[in-house]
Amino acid sequence: MYTNRYIFTYAAILVIVAAALLSLAAMLLKPFQERNLAIEKMRGILTSAQVTEANASNAIPLFNKYIVKELVLDPQGNILNTYTKSPKENAPAFKLNLEEELYNKSQKRPYKLPLYIAEKDGKTIYIIPMRGTGLWGPIWGNIALTSDFKRVIGVFFDDEEETPGLGGEIAKPKFQNEFIGKTIFDDNGNFTSIKVVKGGVIKLPEAQRIHGVDALSGATLTSNGVNDMLRNVLKSYLPYIKNHR
Amino acid sequence: MSTEKTEREAIFSPKNIKLLTGPLNLNNPITVQVLGICSALAVTVKMKPAIVMALALMVVTAFSNLLVSFLRNGIPARIRIIVQLVIVSVLVILVDQLLKAFVFDVSKQLSVYVGLIITNCIIMGRLEAFAMANKPWPSFLDGIGNGLGYGLLLIIVAFFRELLGSGTLFGFQVIPQSLYNAGYVNNGMMILPPMALITIGVIIWVQRNYNKALIEK
Repeated sequence: MYTNRYIFTYAAILVIVAAALLSLAAMLLKPFQERNLAIEKMRGILTSAQVTEANASNAIPLFNKYIVKELVLDPQGNILNTYTKSPKENAPAFKLNLEEELYNKSQKRPYKLPLYIAEKDGKTIYIIPMRGTGLWGPIWGNIALTSDFKRVIGVFFDDEEETPGLGGEIAKPKFQNEFIGKTIFDDNGNFTSIKVVKGGVIKLPEAQRIHGVDALSGATLTSNGVNDMLRNVLKSYLPYIKNHR
Repeated sequence: MSTEKTEREAIFSPKNIKLLTGPLNLNNPITVQVLGICSALAVTVKMKPAIVMALALMVVTAFSNLLVSFLRNGIPARIRIIVQLVIVSVLVILVDQLLKAFVFDVSKQLSVYVGLIITNCIIMGRLEAFAMANKPWPSFLDGIGNGLGYGLLLIIVAFFRELLGSGTLFGFQVIPQSLYNAGYVNNGMMILPPMALITIGVIIWVQRNYNKALIEK
């Protein structure tokens, strides 16, 4: 039999050793992990701009090649910072944490927004990063728009823990390709966003079909999350878009 | 299993070899001990995550067996499950952090399942049944053996699921386009967990057909 004192000492030492080991590992591995996240972010931005060959190993050179300008905007749509130098990943816009900025916005505190401008086949592409909430956890992505901010060139979505095969399908090209060619403004220039429509776009009146995509079956709450993310984030960029359309 | 012995055993004595090879067939953790089924259903859609999951699990079982076996005489019996859990969790978090740092795309695919290694019944099962009563080296081999047995089954299941469900192996197309042109379609059912369970069931059936020793009276 062990005494209580032995048991408590044993537990205390075990826990301290475990904590020390884990902190050490976290500190040593952090630079590598952050690197991977940055590369993943670049890949997302490139994929939304239809640079579909982007993968983990070529994301950095492709990002430097296609992205020409990175802007930091304030809530009124004024440009706070313009970055055109290389490497593009050092831009203040790229380093902004969108999750924090959107949280500041929801708390009515001052916030900043990043905007990426790419040049592909002679055309200017505006890429807006997005972040929102799915069913089980965060979802995020990017939406690439034409230079008049009306038509969608492409989107990219990813998630942490949406149900594989249902909500997780938002991260698949099949769903993302539906957004290509849709518009976020109607003919009168009013903001409409893009809706994920349960039961399919075919249910909408014909004039609105250009603002909708087919929802994923069995993934209503993730689809709602995508709707909210698109509307909330695009709305934040409206002041800038109105000035530059 | 006998515990402490005074004479030294050879590192790869027949008994130790058996610890390694037993779990591959007659004592397979999935088909015979029926442990770790849940993760076997989840990560076997494609070959690559299955192999990485198997390696991760093997590292965790081997080293948790080794550590617990080293500590086995000092662990107070009343808190032994807590001690085992702490050791397993530390190892799992380390594996998760390493995956995130060096094989990010795989870590993304495995996502929550790496964390779930902590609750994988194989690990706790082997700690309680073997490592608490055996010397470090045999315990380490037992961990590796069970990891291999788990991995072998994962790979077999993933092979059939990826081949029939996606027509690929390791992401490379193996079913020729001409077959698709002739009307062949991938079986979407194979991608879903129920078919993984049925595949495992078929493997258990085949295995018992060849090993009469496994059939319960």
